[in-house]
Amino acid sequence: MSAPAMGTTKTAHSDVAPKKKRGPGALATAYLVIYNVVMTAGWLVIAVGLVRAYLVRGSYHGLYFSIEKPLKFFQTGALLEVIQYISSNVMIMLCSPAPGIVPSSVVLTGFQVLSRVFLTWAVTHSVREVQSEDSVLLFVSAWTITEIIRYSFYTFSLLNHLPYLIKWARYTFFLVLYPMGVTGELLTIYAALPYVQKTGLYSVTLPNKYNFSFDYYTFLILTMVSYIPLFPQLYFHMMRQRKKVLAHVEEYKTE
Amino acid sequence: MDTLALEAKATGQEKKSSAPRPRPKPPKKAKRIVYFEVEIVDAKTKEKLLLLDKVEPTSTILDIKALFHKSNPQWYPARQSLRLDPKGKGLKDEDVLQTLPVGTTASFYFFDLGAQIAWGTVFLSECYGPLLIYLMFYFRLPFIYAPKYDFSSSKHWVVHLACMCHSFHYVKRILETLFIHRISHGTMPLRNIFKNCSYYWCFAAWMAYYINHPLYTPPYYGQQQVKTAVIIFLFCQVGNFSINITLRNLKCPGSKVKKIPHPTKNPFTWIFALVSCPNYTYELGSWMGFTVMTQCLPVAFFTIVGFVLMTVWARGKHRNYRKEFRDYPTLRSPILPFIL
Repeated sequence: MSAPAMGTTKTAHSDVAPKKKRGPGALATAYLVIYNVVMTAGWLVIAVGLVRAYLVRGSYHGLYFSIEKPLKFFQTGALLEVIQYISSNVMIMLCSPAPGIVPSSVVLTGFQVLSRVFLTWAVTHSVREVQSEDSVLLFVSAWTITEIIRYSFYTFSLLNHLPYLIKWARYTFFLVLYPMGVTGELLTIYAALPYVQKTGLYSVTLPNKYNFSFDYYTFLILTMVSYIPLFPQLYFHMMRQRKKVLAHVEEYKTE
Repeated sequence: MDTLALEAKATGQEKKSSAPRPRPKPPKKAKRIVYFEVEIVDAKTKEKLLLLDKVEPTSTILDIKALFHKSNPQWYPARQSLRLDPKGKGLKDEDVLQTLPVGTTASFYFFDLGAQIAWGTVFLSECYGPLLIYLMFYFRLPFIYAPKYDFSSSKHWVVHLACMCHSFHYVKRILETLFIHRISHGTMPLRNIFKNCSYYWCFAAWMAYYINHPLYTPPYYGQQQVKTAVIIFLFCQVGNFSINITLRNLKCPGSKVKKIPHPTKNPFTWIFALVSCPNYTYELGSWMGFTVMTQCLPVAFFTIVGFVLMTVWARGKHRNYRKEFRDYPTLRSPILPFIL
């Protein structure tokens, strides 16, 4: 799933409506370029790993194990983006005349990164039995393709050399990859439910000293339900972005 | 007020100068009143909404809002925000027209604040909710716990004590809202009632569920822990009440003059020497006492979240105090003496 406007700070906004932008300083740009290049490379490693494992095994079952470690590393690394995004927006907020206005995309994309990390660690890693499910391959491949395109998009944007193909891919592939990834995620969580209930994973029951209880099983069900309001918002947000970005380029091209 | 309200269409009609009207000439010895022209423009669409002719210079923003309301009945005055600058702050109701930095033709940007609701309504529903919800759990109404526990009573006396304290706290808040508090803003946005009520009601239900649960575990250090906690709780409740009384006595009814609160003869108010918003300090203390009394993690969460919110509010108030008053005591901190 492509997360709108992460990885770089203002360039993702700038391809929507070129306003007077105060771009990041030279040091920040260098850091961001390196970050995005590393992330692109990482997801390419995952993609290559998947393809190789498929060729070796001859089937697409159980490919998760071949890319487990790089997947965990690079997906968790995306948390850095949240920090980058928050810190750049803090700068904007501090300087803006009307502080307190946080772009809604910060909330949506921050949530998205957290949900990905949650799925990687708290579901797939924690419940060993779902790791051989096909649904895992579904969301891993969706994430891999999306992230390769997204990070290369950011890299090229930062270097001011964005090929139209990458921009088009970023704002088009999500139409299929997003639902594909969401399906994979939901199926995986669903597959994990019986094991969580049986073993009482991450759950705390009464009575206990702190008078607190937590049922991970119910929590997972609520997580699945939360996709219903949240996924359409993200999806339509990306569709609106697509209209703006690609229409803008169309106008430019006809000049 | 002697005015003629003209609807200005967006046809680029420029402000016309006051046409001579058949009025008796003012006596030559009297002061010449320069009437103002007021134009109200939508802040977002820049459409001219209203042009007011012959506005008295001594009229207030509230008078102008009332006039605007007459021609646009869906925007009652509480909902209107009139600004000199589209990105600036709303002008206060009591600002007088001639004291504003405008020429004789004033242009205000109108901003719709959305549906408003009286603050009293919000505060009361925030407080009645937790009061009733907690009691529902305390009396173990059906469908909350297992059926064999319906309408049963807890065997731990700390549970009864907790119910009394919690209920006392909210009854006190309700009475204060009805009789003591004086808030300067009459209204707040409608969505606040949903936001605030969800916050208080959900947390109240969450806490009450565990405290009144049949499997509740009483505090580790037993009587000692509970007794100490109750004393802290009551101390802070009395403190909070004293502060609210003091703040009420600062304001005369109807006046909007702000004054700095100072310690009074009541020892509970001596904390004013160190803190700007001791009502929040005491509130935090009460909830910490309640947490220790019940030894319940959800209560601890509620206390922490409440502390974060109150700190944000306290810092805002502290900043406002320091902006308003040059001689504001520098020793004071917003909420925690010397710390925060």
